[in-house]
Amino acid sequence: MLSSYRFRRFKDKIAYVLCLLCVIIAIIPLASIIFEVIARGAPQLSLHFLTANGLEGGIGPAIQGTLILIGLTSLIGVPIGIMSGVYLAEFGGNKYASVMRTINDILTEFPSIVVGITAFSIVVVGITGSFSPLAGAAALSFIMIPIVARTTEESLKLVPTSVREAALALGLHHWKTIIRVVLPAAGQGLVTGTLLAIARIAGETAPILLTIMGNTYFFQGFNQPMDALPLRVFLNSRQPSVAVQAQAWGAALVLILIVLTLNVCVRIASRRQFRK
Amino acid sequence: MGNSEKIKTEKLNAWFGQKQALRDINLSIRANVVTAIIGPSGCGKSTLIRTLNRMHELVPGAKVSGRVLLDGKNIYDDDVDPVQIRRRVGMVFQKPNPFPTMSIYDNVAAGLKLMDAKKGPALDEVVKKCLQQASLWDEVKDDLKKPGTSLSGGQQQRLCIARALAVNPEVILMDEPCSALDPIATAKIESLIRDLSKEYTVVIVTHNMQQASRVSDYTAFLYLGELIEYGLTKDIFENPKNALTEKYITGEFG
Ligand SMILES: Nc1ncnc2c1ncn2[C@@H]1O[C@H](COP(=O)(O)OP(=O)(O)O)[C@@H](O)[C@H]1O
Ligand SMILES: [Mg+2]
Repeated sequence: MLSSYRFRRFKDKIAYVLCLLCVIIAIIPLASIIFEVIARGAPQLSLHFLTANGLEGGIGPAIQGTLILIGLTSLIGVPIGIMSGVYLAEFGGNKYASVMRTINDILTEFPSIVVGITAFSIVVVGITGSFSPLAGAAALSFIMIPIVARTTEESLKLVPTSVREAALALGLHHWKTIIRVVLPAAGQGLVTGTLLAIARIAGETAPILLTIMGNTYFFQGFNQPMDALPLRVFLNSRQPSVAVQAQAWGAALVLILIVLTLNVCVRIASRRQFRK
Repeated sequence: MGNSEKIKTEKLNAWFGQKQALRDINLSIRANVVTAIIGPSGCGKSTLIRTLNRMHELVPGAKVSGRVLLDGKNIYDDDVDPVQIRRRVGMVFQKPNPFPTMSIYDNVAAGLKLMDAKKGPALDEVVKKCLQQASLWDEVKDDLKKPGTSLSGGQQQRLCIARALAVNPEVILMDEPCSALDPIATAKIESLIRDLSKEYTVVIVTHNMQQASRVSDYTAFLYLGELIEYGLTKDIFENPKNALTEKYITGEFG
């Protein structure tokens, strides 16, 4: 009896150690990336580096461009994403909705280079006639919309039926019920979904490579090429000059900081939701 | 039977998909009295009152046939807007369900604010009156800005009653309003129900027979989706005509 118990305890320990080992193996690359980026990027950081344009050795245009892209993309992607999510959650009991849901899921995993090519051939070639923030935002919205739609649907479904019924039994119309009662009740979930989507698009490189192209100077107009952080990392890292490569590390660090900040915000927002 | 007829159901049937929950219910509910609906769990009590304000049809796959006359007009006629019916026939649910993001004040005001864009002192007045009617005013008058969900269960249920009263309904349906509450909160709501019947027609579902005998003037006994017996509460509890009713109220099954 005793020995078999000991043997089981031993197996237990082995399994535990194996799991721990796997976790460590998984964390090593992530930690080393972060370490490397900080080690190489931090020395670059200075007010000049963050605010000057490309000719003066700064990444100001890239930071500005990323913020513009986030703003423009959210302007397009958040309303469309939330409305799609409302449709799927509130009117989604039919065939069309389940087809849409499947398409939405596929879009979430869509190769972003294909999104970039599509935006290139439609917006860059067909509409703005040049690489432009509009083309970039169009491509990124394509990535953002399915994420926001999905998280909106999920958080609306978490709102109890009893809350909907309370509103309908008061004689509120379905739309009023959704807009004034159900959406506010799902509020934190919508914030979380939006922040997640922003964190995701902030780091996308392939779609903007083909749509905004990069720029040494600050914002030139909605139909002119623009810079962005991931693009700066990509372009500078391919230059022979060591100084320029170092700028790529600096830009990478700034990008990572932005995405990490967004993720922390997601954490805080979703914790609030669960406390309620 | 001095009071006039407020609601009348004629051959009312209701289904959830293939499953029939109500069978040929013919029931005449009088104005300004409390009518209790009793019966064992699953016999169709909730379904019955939800057909009276067209909430039943909100369940996917749910169907209704027959007629429900409110002041003589069939609420299932094509020209009737269910939203209007729900304003005239209010509802209080089994579990208190205040709007989670709204203050106490906004919960009561919700119906008027969101539908009629009513606001200002007139709205304050209605909120106060309804909270008084729901005998909650004294407990919350200094905390109107607090979230409705911060109240205790019994207070939340009275808040939901105030919310239902605010849109000035003619009928109030209550689906086991005390089943989630403790005895003291239950006693409060029961005396409230008695008061409400002076101004409103009240229909209350309960599985608690003492409660039915305490608060109601008329009682309907439902079994397996059929109306077995209906009459003055006193008669139902003292001289049930149907053997099944007698068995149920003496606690032989349930
Ligand atoms: N949403 C639903 N879907 C399918 N069947 C249901 C649903 N709600 C209730 N029923 C069924 O309808 C019958 C009546 O239910 P209900 O009116 O809730 O009973 P009661 O309120 O008397 O307990 C029960 O047999 C129940 O299983
Ligand atoms: Mg019930």
